[in-house]
Amino acid sequence: MSEVKYSKEHEWIKLEGDVATIGITKHATEMLGDIVFAELPEKGSSVEKDGTAGVVESTKAASDVYTPVSGEVVDTNQEIVDDPSKINQDPENNAWFFRLKIKDKSEMDSLMNKEDYDKFAKESNS
Amino acid sequence: METKKTSLYQLHQDCNAKFVEFAGYQMPIQYSEGILEEHKFTRNHSGIFDVSHMGQLFIFGGDELIKDLEKIFPLDLKNLKINHSKYSFLMDKGAGIQDDLIITKINEGFLIILNAACKVNDFKILKGLLNEKYKMVLDENRSLIAIQGPKSSQILNEFVDGVKNLNFMSGNWFMFENQKVYITRSGYTGEDGFEISIPNEFAYKLTRELINRGSKLVGLGARDTLRLEAGLCLYGNDLDKDKTPVEANLKWAISKERITKGDFIGSDIIIKQLNNGVTKIRVGIKPEGKVIAREKTKIFNQLDIHIGEITSGTFGPSVNGPVAMGYVENKFSKKNTKVFLEVRGKKYPASVCSLPFYKKSYVKGAV
Repeated sequence: MSEVKYSKEHEWIKLEGDVATIGITKHATEMLGDIVFAELPEKGSSVEKDGTAGVVESTKAASDVYTPVSGEVVDTNQEIVDDPSKINQDPENNAWFFRLKIKDKSEMDSLMNKEDYDKFAKESNS
Repeated sequence: METKKTSLYQLHQDCNAKFVEFAGYQMPIQYSEGILEEHKFTRNHSGIFDVSHMGQLFIFGGDELIKDLEKIFPLDLKNLKINHSKYSFLMDKGAGIQDDLIITKINEGFLIILNAACKVNDFKILKGLLNEKYKMVLDENRSLIAIQGPKSSQILNEFVDGVKNLNFMSGNWFMFENQKVYITRSGYTGEDGFEISIPNEFAYKLTRELINRGSKLVGLGARDTLRLEAGLCLYGNDLDKDKTPVEANLKWAISKERITKGDFIGSDIIIKQLNNGVTKIRVGIKPEGKVIAREKTKIFNQLDIHIGEITSGTFGPSVNGPVAMGYVENKFSKKNTKVFLEVRGKKYPASVCSLPFYKKSYVKGAV
């Protein structure tokens, strides 16, 4: 059983065992516009909850990507670095950013479920 | 202060524009297809740009006005033919650029297209410099619509007969719906195209005609990527009061004939810089990898010494990679000079390159 949760910084996180897959939401890609550059954390590095773990750039501006939980980076998605337009095409599936071996499952508790996130995204849009 | 809207605001909304405030106006940054598609459509087909926020300044007068304007602009205006345009700048006494502009000689005097953010101040400066001798109108009743890209000439000529015969950087009056519209063959994208000055009430109808014939609205986002690929300057980024036309590498726009006499505002500094050289100069910068270096990015030489700054940088959709321009110390301005750009604390390799990044396809003569 895996559940997808969402952060206020517009990341999604899917936990399977103790490995979390993290990406940015469709709503985030719609706000950013065409994404033309992506930078990911280094494999083997450690990231802290709410810390910077990557960068995406549209033609207009650069935005940080944050990690909603702490952990060690065990995998990164080179495909989105090679072709950042994939992030706009399929942000919540194939265009994941990185995978973490997480330290503390309880960090997931403060994150939003889909229904709450959709409401949050709608409100933050207006 | 309340933001202004152009006469096409409703149309932008109907076309799902995302708006941004720019120079006090609500302007479309992009439409539903996005900046990349809009950029490519302009390069391959024909894009419509609402640039009605820009100033359209009419100054009415004859020979005396020509003499007076030559004291302000470094142009050979007396030999400029009627309906011909020149790129120029409004300088201060130190040759600092207060605005860059396009000036066209018309029967009644001159039409000057000014940047939106500068137009009110330019009007005041020019009124003062001309001692209120001439009738000057910063016309808010006219819209300015640009159509840019290889199919633009064919599309516009379908209902404004004769525009295809205009040469680059020249214009004329045409009729649309029994209205006088002034059309120049010009633009700011590196593509062939036109700018149409039209009464506000008819701007919607004209734009609809263009859309019905296959052209598409393009926002300010793509306008920025297009102009940067074409190596063209954006006032406020690449040009400002702390930079002179010589430093901005725009000396081609200064009339040689006028330099010998040197009797225009800022001419002392211009002549000095042309003779003795400048310490900083605008160049193209091509990052080697994929990292985008935006405005204010610091430029370093191979010895890690700070030598300049990026003034515009983005992803160039037609180049399919990052593009930038900036100012470097003159001795590092040679083509292919290796430099480093500091982005998010890391230094990335790049090289000085010639402009434009994307080759122009302006029409020089009649088709």
